Amino acid sequence: MAYSSTIREAHSTQLSAMRDQGLLKEERYIHSPQSANITVEYPSGSELKSVINLCANNYLGLSSHPDVIQAAHTALDHRGYGLSSVRFICGTQDIHRELEGALSRFLGTEDTILFPSCMDANAGVFEAFLEAEDVIISDRLVHASIVDGIRLCKAMTDTYKHANMKHLEQKLDEHRDKRIRLIVTDGVFSMDGDLAPLDEICALAERYDAMVFVDDSHSSGFMGKTGRGTHEHFGVVGKIDVITTTLGKALGGAAGGCVSGRKEVVELCRQRARPYLFSNTMAPPLVAGALKVLEILSGSTERRDKLEANTKFWRQGLTDAGLVIKKGDSPIVPVMLYNAKLSQDVARDLYEEGIYVIGFFFPVVPNGQARIRTQLSADHDIPVLEKALEAFKRVGDKYGILGLDKKGIIEKYGM
Amino acid sequence: MEDVVLEYIRNEYLDEDDEEDVDLDVNTPLLSSGIVDSFSMVSLKRFLEKEYSISLPDEEASAEAFDTVASIVALVKRHQGNA
Repeated sequence: MAYSSTIREAHSTQLSAMRDQGLLKEERYIHSPQSANITVEYPSGSELKSVINLCANNYLGLSSHPDVIQAAHTALDHRGYGLSSVRFICGTQDIHRELEGALSRFLGTEDTILFPSCMDANAGVFEAFLEAEDVIISDRLVHASIVDGIRLCKAMTDTYKHANMKHLEQKLDEHRDKRIRLIVTDGVFSMDGDLAPLDEICALAERYDAMVFVDDSHSSGFMGKTGRGTHEHFGVVGKIDVITTTLGKALGGAAGGCVSGRKEVVELCRQRARPYLFSNTMAPPLVAGALKVLEILSGSTERRDKLEANTKFWRQGLTDAGLVIKKGDSPIVPVMLYNAKLSQDVARDLYEEGIYVIGFFFPVVPNGQARIRTQLSADHDIPVLEKALEAFKRVGDKYGILGLDKKGIIEKYGM
Repeated sequence: MEDVVLEYIRNEYLDEDDEEDVDLDVNTPLLSSGIVDSFSMVSLKRFLEKEYSISLPDEEASAEAFDTVASIVALVKRHQGNA
């Protein structure tokens, strides 16, 4: 037998080590559609519990929107369930190209190419248009999928301190001899909820003749006055050369991602990006659902406006309660606890209180930066958030952390 | 040499608000503690090669060899000796 007992034991030992370090990830079974309130079976086998969901990427509450579901149903009836093909063989329907066009209009770009996910978009895009004589200068906190994508390409790599423009400028200067200098950043950073200063980044790009790449997965649909993304928020629509984003978060939450930007870069992806060339096309119901999402968002800013109001209420509420949060404008609001065990204990107690949140700690976030990441949705209503705030206050009080600053919490619980 | 490398790491990898939290000396773990991630290590390698006029093969620029300033200095000195 090829899977020998020695190998099986080695794998078991690795898993046990993860369990002992408290690093084993466990899935929680949800018995309802994605929403502000969900029904959860956790731990596995226990009674179902109705909880307020504060950890979904369902920023606009469109994951279970009736019009989106209806559009997916219609496509299922008319275009089928799947296409059993990659895009360039027989996997492109008219609606795929329609969605690419709709995304280009929504994001204000020249062209767009769909991928099975944004993880795949990031894995394929760099290799498609960069060569050995180029350099990628990326923010140190960019998403893991960007790191993977960069590793797959031949360009030289360098990094700059998180959102530190002085350091970025120094790197741009250092790499003046390269053919392409590509600045790479997230629009909204997924763990801290802060924004990349795209106005300053674009100004530097102009000064040093660099290209700009933004992963806007945690902002497409709601950042900016009409929800087009971080580039709209900073007034630099049309100046970002490459945007990658996902349809798996605010834009319907099902699956799919894209590379959007300069038309030649998009075409090079169509010719060369391996995750595009070698994985299946997006299923028709998902394409039609995403088209409906963009139609809803192009017609009204109601949802992103509600999300913005919820975010303000939540950030203010947590601050008034005496909890430490990471500052920012995004609906990702990390409640800082610094100590890994404390983050797990607080998350567990909040679950008992009917609040579904997750504690994050090293290596997902830097050592000594453990936190509970809360995420707002347009699906939340103020009374729901008030209830969640009360729970945070009760649990915060239990652990004696209300009113303590970073130093105080670390003195009490350690890093 | 220790001081030059420590100074580079402080400037290149620590943010101003980190500096009060991190007590950096020649034995502080850099990679396993997350001060330097494997991705950002590239600039440290380039700095050492330029500063000390050496060439470090990728297989020697391992996470272990780069984990403390002490081990980095040992690596550099070995290569200077070879030159």
